[in-house]
Amino acid sequence: MRHIILFLILILPSQSLALIEVDITRGNLNPLPIAVSPLSIDEESRKNFKKILKKENIGSEISIIVENNLRTSGLFNPLNKDAFLQKPDIANLKPRFEDWNLIKAQALITGKVNYIDENLRVEFRLWDVLAGKEMMALAFTTVPTNWRRVGHIITDKVYERLTGEKGYFDTRIIYVAEEGPKTKRIKKLAIMDQDGFNNKFLTLGNELVLTPRFNPTSQMVTYLSYFRNLPRVYLLDIETGMQEVVGDFPGMTYAPRFSPDGKKIIMSFAKDGKSDIYTMDLENRIVERITNHPSIDTSPSYSPDGKYICFNSDRSGYQQIYIMDSDGKNVKRISFGRGLYGTPVWSPRGDLIAFTKLHKGKFYIGVMRTDGSGERLLTENYYQEAPSWSPNGRVLIFYRETKTDKKGEGFSAKLWSIDLTGYNERLVKTETDASDPSWSALLSN
Amino acid sequence: MKPLFTCEKVSYTKKDQGAKMNLSKIFKNGFLVILACLALTACATKKVSKSQMQGDVYTGTDTVEYLASGVPDRVFFATNESVLTTASRETLRKQAAWLRKNSDITIVLEGHADERGTREYNLALGERRANAAKDYLMTYGISSDRISVLSYGKERPVDSGSNPLAWSKNRRSVTVKAN
Repeated sequence: MRHIILFLILILPSQSLALIEVDITRGNLNPLPIAVSPLSIDEESRKNFKKILKKENIGSEISIIVENNLRTSGLFNPLNKDAFLQKPDIANLKPRFEDWNLIKAQALITGKVNYIDENLRVEFRLWDVLAGKEMMALAFTTVPTNWRRVGHIITDKVYERLTGEKGYFDTRIIYVAEEGPKTKRIKKLAIMDQDGFNNKFLTLGNELVLTPRFNPTSQMVTYLSYFRNLPRVYLLDIETGMQEVVGDFPGMTYAPRFSPDGKKIIMSFAKDGKSDIYTMDLENRIVERITNHPSIDTSPSYSPDGKYICFNSDRSGYQQIYIMDSDGKNVKRISFGRGLYGTPVWSPRGDLIAFTKLHKGKFYIGVMRTDGSGERLLTENYYQEAPSWSPNGRVLIFYRETKTDKKGEGFSAKLWSIDLTGYNERLVKTETDASDPSWSALLSN
Repeated sequence: MKPLFTCEKVSYTKKDQGAKMNLSKIFKNGFLVILACLALTACATKKVSKSQMQGDVYTGTDTVEYLASGVPDRVFFATNESVLTTASRETLRKQAAWLRKNSDITIVLEGHADERGTREYNLALGERRANAAKDYLMTYGISSDRISVLSYGKERPVDSGSNPLAWSKNRRSVTVKAN
């Protein structure tokens, strides 16, 4: 990267470097001030979209999505629109940078929305206010009902341009929606956009469902269902709603995840008091045994290259994290700190494993390198577990349960997210109580 | 779910050639180490009425139901354990005697864990506990054909409390008539 930059300087000596960049590797105490100007819209387009989408001004709605995403990332500080001196129609002109400088904006997003051939066309530009330069200009065309996704895609582009890494906004979360008393919880599979919108329940709540996880294309989900009181691993096609059992062995199958190529499901199979790890090839249904040990081996998760598996085992006497080759050879314990370790999940970047740790009555979400070194605990709570990585490996989502009061009341389960830096801890809003989140891949690039 | 999206570069303004963030620099900088939160105390050492627990195994009868007169339906376990206590073995011998007398009855052993563990490990632990009960019943002459095992992990507590006594009631294997 450094070479490329040097090269650019050499061949373009008159070009000044853009001034703004955002460092996402450390807790960001000075988020970048950014102005998201409402996208301008002509009257004709506005009326058309109002009819189709029942939104008064789709231009401002999309800009609000971008603004909220940027704020949630913790890296940006979207400025109050009341302070803006220029109207949205700057989309057609060059911004008056001194006006934006005055309100301390370092970056500016402008754009416009058009109704063209029954489609939604959104054009946006990212400006470096201090340098007085355009950093990016793109346009998207899609069906009007995809308007929220346009907001997310714009955020992803801006995030990538300013941080140098892919975003995670055009994504969805699959999770377990919960309701009812703690002793008789009703649980349903649910899916929503990363920002909590477009929530949809995928099962009715007639049977207990747990631990849904996306496949790499985010179209399929594998999860545990207690259908007919037989806890088994299932596969669900989100679009068609088709469900099928994949782990129908004489015993309990659970803790499923997809392999990085999406061709296999890896899971635990419990029988006669011991749990081992198996894979099933989804095409030919060939089952392979990966571990064979009288202990509990569970929570398997592949490395992104598919060569290794991290998993949870109590073969040492207590729950610890292990890694092995994908064929089950070379099993190696990697967690040696005090306490119990569970739910290892390999980062999409490959360099870290996120986990849950239980120590002295407290639960932690943490990360360690794949050899077990460099353990860092990100957050401590009464009860929390099951981290899932954002597709760029910068954020973890997990769930937290509250302590009940003396009468055993006041229980709740909620989704939370935290940056890998340990900063920016946030409640992820859901319609109902929620647990077992799984983050999709980026839906578009 | 890949709806049609088209993306075009808008090119009538000069594109900025500015520098992106220098990745190699990031990795050199390493990560800012966060401060692990301090202050853990209390909680694990709360006082519990001793009459209802031995070690941390529940010995009370609050939640116990009966398969028949004098035949308790459940046994309790220590934290993270699936070892049967003396009292548990006595309960299971009573169940075995009752099952021998009622040879048409089949049962499900429902294994449970408390809420202080990760979900997936607890599913395995519940299965292990139910199997400990199953093995014992089998040594007392009950055929494995009459026994099925079902683990609920931490999903079905009987006591919704967040204290050691509640947890001890929830670490259990319950024998349920299946027919």
